[in-house]
Parts: sequence; C-alpha cells; structure tokens
Amino acid sequence: MSLPKVNELEENQVHDEKVQVVAFHLAGAEYAVEIKYIEEINRLINITRVPRAPFYIEGVINLRGSIIPIINLHKKFNLAGQNFDERTRVIIFGIDNIKAAIIVDKVSGVMRLDVANIVEDNQFFSPINTEVIKGMIKVEDRLMIILDLEKMLDTEIN
Amino acid sequence: MELDMTKYLDVFLEESREHIRSLNSRLLELEKSPGETSGLNEIFRSAHTLKGMSSTMGFDQLADLTHHMENLLAELKEGRMVANSRVVDVLFECIDRLQIMTDNIAQGNNSTGNNTDLIKTLETIRAGHAETAALETVQPEETVEQKELTPTSSSQDMVYNDYDISVLKEALKLGYNIKYMKIGIAPNSMMKAVRAFMVFKVLEEAGEVIKSNPSAQELDEGKYDDHFELVYICQGDVETIMAKINQIAEVKLLQNYSLDPAALTVPEPTTLSAPQAEISPAEEQAAHQSKIPHLKHTVRVDIERLDNLMNLVGELVMYKGRLEQIGSIYKLGELNNTIEQINRITSDLQSVVMKVRMVPIEQVFNRFPRMIRDLAKELGKDVDFYIEGKETELDRTVIDEIGDPLLHLLRNAIDHGLESPQERMRLGKPRQSKLYLRARHEGNNVYIEVEDDGDGINPNKVRARAVKNGLLSTLEAEKLSDEEISMLIFESGFSTANVVTDISGRGVGLDVVKSKIEAMNGEIIVESRPGLGSLFKIKLPLTLAIIQAMMVTVQNETYAIPLTSVDETTMISPHDIKNIQGQEFISLRGSILPLLHLARLVELPENVGEPDDIYVVVVHKGSRQIGLVVDTLIGQQEIVIKNLGKILNGIPGIAGAIIAGDGNVCLILDIATLF
Repeated sequence: MSLPKVNELEENQVHDEKVQVVAFHLAGAEYAVEIKYIEEINRLINITRVPRAPFYIEGVINLRGSIIPIINLHKKFNLAGQNFDERTRVIIFGIDNIKAAIIVDKVSGVMRLDVANIVEDNQFFSPINTEVIKGMIKVEDRLMIILDLEKMLDTEIN
Repeated sequence: MELDMTKYLDVFLEESREHIRSLNSRLLELEKSPGETSGLNEIFRSAHTLKGMSSTMGFDQLADLTHHMENLLAELKEGRMVANSRVVDVLFECIDRLQIMTDNIAQGNNSTGNNTDLIKTLETIRAGHAETAALETVQPEETVEQKELTPTSSSQDMVYNDYDISVLKEALKLGYNIKYMKIGIAPNSMMKAVRAFMVFKVLEEAGEVIKSNPSAQELDEGKYDDHFELVYICQGDVETIMAKINQIAEVKLLQNYSLDPAALTVPEPTTLSAPQAEISPAEEQAAHQSKIPHLKHTVRVDIERLDNLMNLVGELVMYKGRLEQIGSIYKLGELNNTIEQINRITSDLQSVVMKVRMVPIEQVFNRFPRMIRDLAKELGKDVDFYIEGKETELDRTVIDEIGDPLLHLLRNAIDHGLESPQERMRLGKPRQSKLYLRARHEGNNVYIEVEDDGDGINPNKVRARAVKNGLLSTLEAEKLSDEEISMLIFESGFSTANVVTDISGRGVGLDVVKSKIEAMNGEIIVESRPGLGSLFKIKLPLTLAIIQAMMVTVQNETYAIPLTSVDETTMISPHDIKNIQGQEFISLRGSILPLLHLARLVELPENVGEPDDIYVVVVHKGSRQIGLVVDTLIGQQEIVIKNLGKILNGIPGIAGAIIAGDGNVCLILDIATLF
C-alpha cells in the first residue's frame, strides 16, 4: 500500500476550504449551520400548533403568504425546555424549494470555519439525534456542534 | 459553433404535441365520414408542419415518417384514394409512433427508434393503390407548397445611417463583397426565429451581417412577417452561400444584389417622419389587422407564476382585512371610503386571477375519443361517442386531477356497460351504442356526466355480488332500495364484471374514482335504468384553491371545516347527550348521531365542566353523519387553501392551511380522515 488512495488525495485537497456558518445557542450549547441554506432569521412570530404532527414540530408560521413548518430542536434533541424570550430567533432555511425553520435560543453570529478542523465523529452524541449532526469544531475556546440542514430536511420528508 | 437548438426544444415539443392531438381528432372525424375532405386539409397541414419542424430540429426519423404520411395523405386529399379502415388504422399507428417519438425526445432520448415497418406499410398502401389507378401521375411532392413563397410586393426599405455607410465604405476598401439580401420565409412557418437563426448561421460562416431589418434581436424572437432584409459582407464565394440559404427549409432568397455604399444616402429627417405622419389611424389599424388575422392574443405563462400571483393576491386580501379592522377602529370617513375602493378592486383582482387560472376541460376531454375508438375496436363494440360542453372552464387544479377518474368511468362504460352489437340486436336496441361525456357549469360547480345506453346496473346482480363479497348480509341487501344498492358499486372490493379484463375491473375501480372525487371536494352519484343505460354524475367545485368553509374555535385555536362536509350547525344542551357504552350520542330530528369533541381530535386538553350551550357542527363522512362539538362558531367564509408543504403533508385530519385576516395561520380540517 505505497500509493495513497484516490479519496485520500481528495481529502488533502480540500484542507484549506472554508465554510461560512451561522452560530446559535440551544440549551447552553453552541451550534452552527451552513449559511448557504439560510434564507432569513426572524424574531418569533405567532406559531400555529399543528395537531397530530411529530412531537418536535412546534407548528407553522406565515412567512409572507407561505406556510413554514417550525422544528423545535429542544424537543427533537431532547434538551432542556425552552423559554421563548426576546432573544429567541427563528432561522428559516430552504433547500430545493422546500422550506422549514428551526427555533433557537439566540443567534451568536456569522463566522468562517476551516472545513479541515471539523471532526466528523458523532458517536458521542448518543442521547440526541445523531443523523443530523455533521460534526464538531473547536474555535478558540468555543466548542460547536455543526448541524446538517440538508439531512434534517431529508429525514423530515421521509 | 454548435447549432444550439435546446432553447427551441420546448416550443418544438409543445407544438408537436398540439399537432399530434389535432391529427388524432381530425382523423377520428375522417373515419366517421370518409367522404368529408375538409378535415383532410387540416390533417395534411398538421403533418406537413410537423415534418418541417422536425427536420429543422434535426429529428430526421420524425421528419421521414411524417414525410411518408404526407405522401399518403396527398393521395387522399387529391381524391385518388379513399380513407378506408386500413388506411385510417395505419395513420393512427403512425400518430401513435409520432407520439412515442416526441415523448422520447422530451425525455432527452434522441434515438427515436426505427420506423421502417410503418413507412413500408405506408408505401405499400400507396403503391398498391397506384397500380390500380394507373393513369394518375403521382405528384405528392411537398416542396411545391413549402417553397412557394408569397412574393412580397413592397419592401420596407432599409434605412442607413452615417455610421453604416462609413462601415460599408471601409469594407469595400478592404476588398469585401457587399450584398443586399432579402430573405423570404414561408408565411405559415411555425418557427420563424429558428429560420432566421439558421440563415444567420450560414451567413456568418463566411462573412458578417452588418445590418438587418428588423433588428437581429427581433429576428431572434421571430418578430417579422414573411421576409427580412440584411446587408452582408464577405470575401469568399457568395454563390455557395446563396445556395446554402436556399437549402434551408421554408427559406428563400428573394433578392440579392451588390450594394454600392457611395450610392447610399442618409435619409433626411423630414422624409423619415413624414410618411409616418401620413398614415391615418384607420390605415394603421388595417395594416395591423392584416398582419395578425383573427388571432386571439395569448401568452403562455408558467403555472408557477400564476400560483405566485395567486399568493400575492391572497396577501393583498389579507391586508385589506387588516385595513378594514383599522378603519372600523378609527372611524375616519375618508379612510373608509378608500378602503371601500380597495375592497372592490381586490375582489375584482381576485376574480380576474381566478379566471386566468381557468382552462377549458377540452384539454382533458380531447384525449378520450381516440382511446374510446381503440377500446371499442378491441372489445368488439360499436360505440358512437359524443362530447358536449368541452369549452366548460375549470381551475387547473381540478383539471389536473379529473382525467384519471373520467378515464376510468369511460372504460367502465365500454367494458361493462355497453353490450356487443350482436347482443344489442338481440335485445332490439340499435346496433350502435351511444356514449356521452358532458360538462356544464351550474352555480359555483361544474357537473360532468358520463352516460351510456347500455345494460345499466342490475340491482339484483349488485345485491348478489355484495352479499358474496361480504359487504352486506342477505337481510341487509334486501332492505336497501335499488338506488342505495347502485351506490354500492363505489365500495371498495366490488366488481360486477363476471370476467376480469385488463381494461377495467379488478375490484379496484369505482371506489378509487369515488375517493379521488371526494378528495377534490366533489360528489359522484349513479343513476341507472336497468336495460336502458346508466348515468354517472360528478359534481365538482370550480376550483380547489378557494373554498367555502365554516370557521370554528376550540379553546384559543381556530379551524376551518370545508362547507362541503358540513350538513348543518346546531346548539344542544348537556342533557341532550346520551352516553351509551362510553360513546356520546345525540338525537337530531329522529336520527341518532355519534358525538365527537373537536378538542380531543386535535389533541387539546378537554374543557372542564360542560357549558350550558354546546355548539355542534354536523358533518358527514361518506354517508355517515357525525356531530362535532366545538366551542364557538365564527361563521362561513371564503378561504384560499394553502398547502402545508412536503414536511407536514399527509397528517390525517388536516387538509391544509389558510392565512387568516390577522396574518395568523389556521388549519383546515379534513373530515374524511379526522376520525
């Protein structure tokens, strides 16, 4: 095995690739999602409960005439209960014309991350939904969990 | 440079489909009355256009097949042959093949298969005939008509400016040939833009087009009559280029001469404006009309844009509601007047948008005659098929859904309803059976009927089958009236055909039709006269996008119940409720209704302590009635239905959402799946 495998080569090539993310808080921990899927970030507006929907669907909102389902990550990830206050935000994202939103405790900002520094190992996240977690990253002294919005939509649709 | 045809592909496909449709329907007419040659011209023209379009697009096999069809059609048109059933059958086969080929092209599969079999048949028919009618010389060549261009009398002379002339003088100095060309296009050409593109392509292989009239952009959009002019410079052999231009289908070089830039003059500004001023409005109008004879101006619009427009209008209506609320609080006369105006305009706007979304049901109906012809032939039945009211307009949301159920009903009628000609003779009925498909408006509904003069539904046969299939006990079956029995054919797991055929009847038939129609908020009933025929009546809303709904609340949530599911609303007191084995019932004018609490159905904690007055909405699910307990009734309202989206689709009991006047979302209940 003297020659490196093709995919190892590819991995080396992407080492200095950057990804832009929006960072936010959920029950004290910091999370990030890729900015390219995000359409807008809003203050909390009236949510209509949808009976018989999955337990973590908080409801739907009216976004300029479109109905957008809201995913409550506190409930989905089985985190401590959420208090909605003036820092609560709704992050609306869309992939291929399908839109959804997540409620977060607060948005901490936009930043660029080195893709190479993302540790794609989610075996530590047994209590929470591991399939939508892309990995973890350490930025200075902050530890962030990176969520995969595309997978999140996929799992919702199927 | 690759000749980029992709941007014309959509146009090509759409127009081809239209021509195939027209071929199908005209050929059906021809089959009915073979002596009638007026339809033949249409058929011939469609085939001809198809040929031209497909050869332009480089779909040679398509062009080849249509070419051979055309040859045969020419014989028919000239009266040298009669459209007997063999000829018609082959032509139908050709149309099917064309359909398959265009479908293949649409899917990006350009290898459109081999048609030598059909071409051979077409040729044998034609040749076989030619032998018998020996004296006629066959003159099927299409080129006469195709290339014969109406000579254009007056040319709009090209206007040169200083810049043009200096460019041309420069070109002459450099030894270029300068040519003026007038290029004609067959007046009935379907693809003017493509033709112009091809002309330019040929020219620019060897030189440059300096100027054109109309402008290159207008030519690219096909905005010209039957000719255009251009000034061309090149250094090479002009003759070969001319020849190449004449080879393009539907294109002909009308004029071509060398241009001397020195002789060109810039027109005086006065001469430019003067002729324009002389044209009287009437003349202008006449000129305009002659350009576009009897054509309605239409645009093809992407459905998505219409949906978008609909959404925006919905928003507008919502904010109009807000405005009204504000107006009623502040009671400003001026404001209220304006609001009234806005009110009128928005409701007009809404109805205009609704109308824009309406399409004639023709779109759906047109595919049936051909299918019925084939099916009747296959099953050995002689069917005369009548369509009435195909101009009836429906929202496209309904149009998209109604095709399959209708197809099923028609197939059913032919397969199960109508008797064979022999059987009909034996019964003393006319040999040919009749099948009607009708559509008409009535109020806010559309009625579609499928009627046949066949055997009808035999109630006793249905009774026996229902008992046999375990739908009813013998006792129950005897109790039901013939009418009620007829409705049993819509139950799942029911088929009266003794033999299961692959056309209809595997027990998954009418129940699917019924559920599909109910999903559209419609109704279906059947009336049958045994031995004389049956009539399936479908009632549909004009649109699925706007419905009437009863607005109700439970605790602090508001829900909309489609009015089509609501029978009535009533108020009861707690002691009207009877509790039998844990299930609550009320008696309403003699019938006993089970009572369900909406709060429980939408997963809300139940109210503690029943109020004195209990509001009940009586709804029906199929033939079953149920009382739905709500907290308050807000009233009846016209609502614009919104989809909940892919993520929340298919939640039982929820049909969609609406945006209420205050901007909040309310859910629409789906009674069929709520309980």
